[in-house]
Amino acid sequence: MTPNGFLQIGIFIGLLVLLAKPVGSYMARIYEGDLPIFVRWLAPVERLLYRVCGISPEDEMRWTRYAGAMTWFALLSVIAVYALQRLQGHLPLNPQHFGAVSPDSSFNTAISFMTNTNWQGYAGESTMSDLTQMLGLAVQNFLSAAAGMAVAIALIRGFARRTAETIGNFWVDVTRSVLYILLPMSLALAVALVGQGVIQTFSPYRAVALTEPVTYDQPQVGAAGAPRIDRVTTDTQTIAMGPVASQEAIKELGTNGGGFFNANSAHPFENPTPLSNFLEMAAILLIPVALTYTFGKMVGDTRQGWAILGAMALLFAVGLATAEHYEQVGNPAFTALGVDQSASSLQPGGNMEGKEARFGIVDSALWATVTTATSCGAVNSMHDSYTPLGGLVPMALMQLGEVVFGGVGSGLFGMLIYAVIAVFIAGLMIGRTPEYLGKKIEAFDIKMASLVILIPPLLILGLTALAVLLRSGQAGPLNPGPHGFSEILYAFSEGAANNGSAFAGLSANTPFYNLTIGLDMFFGRIWLMVPVLALAGSLAAKKRVPPGVGTMATHTPLFIGLLVGTVILVGALTFVPADSLGPIVEQLNMIGAH
Amino acid sequence: MFKELRPAIISFVVFTLITGIVYPAAVTGIAQVLFPKRANGSLLVRAGKPIGSRLIGQAFSDPRYFWGRPSATSPMPYDATNSGGSNLGPTNPALIGAVKARIAALREADPGNDAPIPVDLVTASGSGLDPDISPAAALYQVPRVARARGLDPASVAQLVRAQVTPRQFGLLGEPRVNVLELNLALDELRK
Repeated sequence: MTPNGFLQIGIFIGLLVLLAKPVGSYMARIYEGDLPIFVRWLAPVERLLYRVCGISPEDEMRWTRYAGAMTWFALLSVIAVYALQRLQGHLPLNPQHFGAVSPDSSFNTAISFMTNTNWQGYAGESTMSDLTQMLGLAVQNFLSAAAGMAVAIALIRGFARRTAETIGNFWVDVTRSVLYILLPMSLALAVALVGQGVIQTFSPYRAVALTEPVTYDQPQVGAAGAPRIDRVTTDTQTIAMGPVASQEAIKELGTNGGGFFNANSAHPFENPTPLSNFLEMAAILLIPVALTYTFGKMVGDTRQGWAILGAMALLFAVGLATAEHYEQVGNPAFTALGVDQSASSLQPGGNMEGKEARFGIVDSALWATVTTATSCGAVNSMHDSYTPLGGLVPMALMQLGEVVFGGVGSGLFGMLIYAVIAVFIAGLMIGRTPEYLGKKIEAFDIKMASLVILIPPLLILGLTALAVLLRSGQAGPLNPGPHGFSEILYAFSEGAANNGSAFAGLSANTPFYNLTIGLDMFFGRIWLMVPVLALAGSLAAKKRVPPGVGTMATHTPLFIGLLVGTVILVGALTFVPADSLGPIVEQLNMIGAH
Repeated sequence: MFKELRPAIISFVVFTLITGIVYPAAVTGIAQVLFPKRANGSLLVRAGKPIGSRLIGQAFSDPRYFWGRPSATSPMPYDATNSGGSNLGPTNPALIGAVKARIAALREADPGNDAPIPVDLVTASGSGLDPDISPAAALYQVPRVARARGLDPASVAQLVRAQVTPRQFGLLGEPRVNVLELNLALDELRK
């Protein structure tokens, strides 16, 4: 990597570490109801919202009720997004007069946005009306993120409280997440993005005159229904427009990832400059990084938060270095053809297929690592065209369960589950009841944690096996050989991990994939949140045991190493066989051929 | 179980209004006041007519113009209503074939230019709408464009250098050349 590459990455990571403490302590104060002075003017709005919605903020919930509220909210979201897509032809704000989206695609998209996955089986600019984008998809960007944050906060309360029956109020946590955190940050980011050239307009698509007319082959259906190809020349280009910036901001901040356009953040109207790219990447990581500090603060020992952040950062660095290296090395097949892939002051070089000139290799590989370490899934380059090992990094980060920063909220609770498993393993080694943050980890807790660890691999590997066995599944991949298998494996990995990025060559907008990936996303979300809340409830009810001589400290490098080891061990044991059949075989083939 | 249904429905509706209508409307209002040109697509206007956006690339295949990144949008290249990449994997024969064909087209348009071809000139962009190429990719095309237009290669190369956008703040992203703006400047040069 070039010195400039190191500098760009260094500044990016340095900035986020600097922001972790102020943003993290801000969020801790918000969730504890201790409003900082500069947002106190919003308190009447908060109270008004509670009054309108019939919520009593002092009404604390047991974990079962909290989970029930979360489930109702999810269910309503699915119904609303499904209905909007099916009815958009009869609704206003549809300047391109798009008809109803197909039932299976609508189902898939409704699940996708409710679960914070934001996998796009559809192409935004040719399918969804402005109303559907705003009222359906963008709203879910806020609400699914807020729900994830609420569940993370509930789990933190489980650790922080002693002999308590309740873990907070779901509606209060969601309201505060939206009102004090997601909305103000999105507003500021959206305006900054427009300043860089992201569009924000309700005008219909614009036709512009081309400087040089374009001739291309247009497939047509002839009179007798037989396909034929016409040679067409045009001197106009139609440019898709829309309220993009408002959606772009929350798409990154909420680690949602569903783009306004099909090309997502590779599209120049979503991400026009290196600065917009920097801001969007920072927005993806900001809340997941800061939540580790919030966690430390709320459990009364900020060293615990830094330890979690340290473990995440270590895994992130390994993934980033791998992706940067293999993308910069490029494709040996191109070199053999006389193509110059070396980095210089005049070109980025490397594997530029599916990447944008303004981002080059450094910002593309950095984004790919950021977006899959978190559960964002927005892309600024096409992961399907990555070199095999470059593309293995995003896949592996998702298969580890999105715990390297992870989704807003869901990443932190995922990592805390791994921490529980790590102390359990350590406890087994020395024959002592494991404790974490003064809470004894007992049989029920380990059962719940195991569910969270085991359900995603079951979904990913089970559904991948199903897809490669069935004809409708085999029809999906665009690319032949091991890469086609990688496309299927990637799709179910991102679904269960609620990521939403893609090896987009897979033709996923079919009833088979819409249904299977839809279920993959649904269970990958709800089936994880319910055991996490059960664990929160169980922990909150426990006493806090004072640390003794035999207590393992959970803020030391030793613990960070143990935690990283646990994550890698669980991930490796589960996914190495499947990954070997895809990216690893392909890499060996690629090297072997040259 | 149903106790939470009422707050669920009402808060869902209320949040839909706030985040789905008030928020995008507020952003639109602010954007249209502060950055009217950028909020509406950074359109380039000549003689009162929009002739493109400086952020959205256009297809060029005439030897007299600089060519941009290959575009995988289908069926029309640089289709700004249907963005996307090729999604071809690195070992896919279709990708290798496409790169070979692009190399052949570049060599045919510029016989005698045996310089190694910059990679971004033969690989499709992620969006299919990439407005930029690397400075190396622009300089590679200078001999062809100069010959086709009967211009001095040195003056064309100078024009390219003047059109290079450096890294933002000298730090972020990659140096690049906006192909549409370069070609418009080239047309101006002749007059």
